Amino acid sequence: MSNQREQADAFLAQMDQFANMMKQSIGVPVLLDQKTGVALWWDQREIKLRFVISVEKIRKFFEALSEGKLLATKCKKSGKILFPPQVDCPDDPEDEVEWVELPKEGELVTWTVIYVKPYSFGHYNDYTVGIAKLTNGVQILAWVRETDPSKLKVGQKVKIEIVKREPEGYLTYEIVPVQE
Amino acid sequence: MGRRVAIVGTGHSKFGVRNDVNIAELAYEAISKAISSAGIEKKEIDLVVTGYVGGWSSEGLAPVVVMEYAGLTGKPGYRIEAACATGSAAIKTAHDAIASGEADIALVVGVEKMNESPTPTVVEFIGRAGNYFWEFENFGLTFPGYYALYATAYMGKYGATEEDLCRVAVKNHYYASMNPKAQFPRAITLEQCMKSRYIAWPLKLFDCSPITDGAAAVVLASEEVAQKLTDSPVWIESIGVSVGTSNLSKRDQFTSLNAATLAAKMAYKKAGIDPENPAKYLDVAEVHDCFTIAEILAYEDLGFAKRREGYKLIREEQTYIGGLIPVNLSGGLKAKGHPLAATGISMAVELTNQLLGKVEKGRQADIKNGRALAHNIGGTGHYAYVTIYSLSKPRA
Repeated sequence: MSNQREQADAFLAQMDQFANMMKQSIGVPVLLDQKTGVALWWDQREIKLRFVISVEKIRKFFEALSEGKLLATKCKKSGKILFPPQVDCPDDPEDEVEWVELPKEGELVTWTVIYVKPYSFGHYNDYTVGIAKLTNGVQILAWVRETDPSKLKVGQKVKIEIVKREPEGYLTYEIVPVQE
Repeated sequence: MGRRVAIVGTGHSKFGVRNDVNIAELAYEAISKAISSAGIEKKEIDLVVTGYVGGWSSEGLAPVVVMEYAGLTGKPGYRIEAACATGSAAIKTAHDAIASGEADIALVVGVEKMNESPTPTVVEFIGRAGNYFWEFENFGLTFPGYYALYATAYMGKYGATEEDLCRVAVKNHYYASMNPKAQFPRAITLEQCMKSRYIAWPLKLFDCSPITDGAAAVVLASEEVAQKLTDSPVWIESIGVSVGTSNLSKRDQFTSLNAATLAAKMAYKKAGIDPENPAKYLDVAEVHDCFTIAEILAYEDLGFAKRREGYKLIREEQTYIGGLIPVNLSGGLKAKGHPLAATGISMAVELTNQLLGKVEKGRQADIKNGRALAHNIGGTGHYAYVTIYSLSKPRA
């Protein structure tokens, strides 16, 4: 069985094919809606959307992943830990941040299993997204290594692991249920 | 506080898959009705506020495209965006312009052509409506997924069931069956809902609002102008607005939307409504049921039910006509459809018609207090707007 991205691509290829037939017969890419028969123009322009995002001020976070560490920032005066990490303390412009390592143990706050996926996630199998509360109170959102909802429960013990996301092959972090 | 502002005209397109019209034609369906029902001429309009989220549709500058088509070029205008609360944000913007004396008559229109893109692309765009870098880039949350996180926590803590969620869908489809403007004007059974496939556990297909094309419009006027135009203005009594965190991980709980609670508190305070018992002051409410769990959260955030007990309200059918407070007699986002930017304005149109006793038989609320509430959420509690509409002139 093909994955959701392949299905979406196949649908678009089919639309292209219809449009090409229409271009040959009536000269323009105007299709007839299969349900209602109304005329639809099949867009002849296509763009790829991909962004470059600055991580300069938080590059430590990404460098630490290869050392197996999960970092956050901490406001020196207030002691408040910020995750996702940010370099400005939102409550006090005078306060400064330092980098701290996050604990890797916690409990599961909530989760969901994603069956219908966004286009750019359509090549993955069904995946679980959850939020874990770490032992220091910081919450973190990530995939959970369990896709059977009956095996997960609110408040259960979990740990955080640094993992390689395939097929892209880059480091990220994952919530892993711990057998109690 | 500024000048009083009233709705003096309304227009609403048929919601659904509208492959029969382009974005300007769709918007014009609502605009033309709003203008004619207000009994004004286009030249009298001082300001045009267009709500539009877009991304999934081809026109980037929808306001200018819509205004050109509608013969409104030359007037002041701009686009307003607050995710799924765009419509309410557009109404507030126009309201504020009139209240301040900047304008006397404003046209507010919300339009969306979501079906111009294939479903996986739309799922992608809405899934990015949170914190893109930390919660989408690596983890691919979807909009049903966001609300599913709330549903899991709520069910796990309070003992609500998937049946309770489906009961919301059954109610909203029942009322949509009497609303010819609805995308799904047909009733469903609890069994149908329970048997539908999972989209994002524990939310199933029938727990989710659809992908919708649609437009809605209102004409707003200052007190002086409104009283010349109509004997039955519907006043904007108060508006509460709050913004929540972009990262869901930064929220302290997943059983209510903090932004909605704050917005309701503001709106109630301005309108002099007792937050402990708001249902007593209201006749009907339209709440943001993009997913069935969202309606249950709304019951609690608005104070219709005590904390932890929202699901009992639907279990006991207290939000049907004749209950504590009827909710989503239009069919809601769930069954009427949810063209993002049109939704808040659609709520205003519906509540205006409810207050004036002008909706279809079978889904008309009993109007005793002359007050109605719209609860419009952007994202997953990223924006919250609570607006009170009233038949009686509000306190200055």
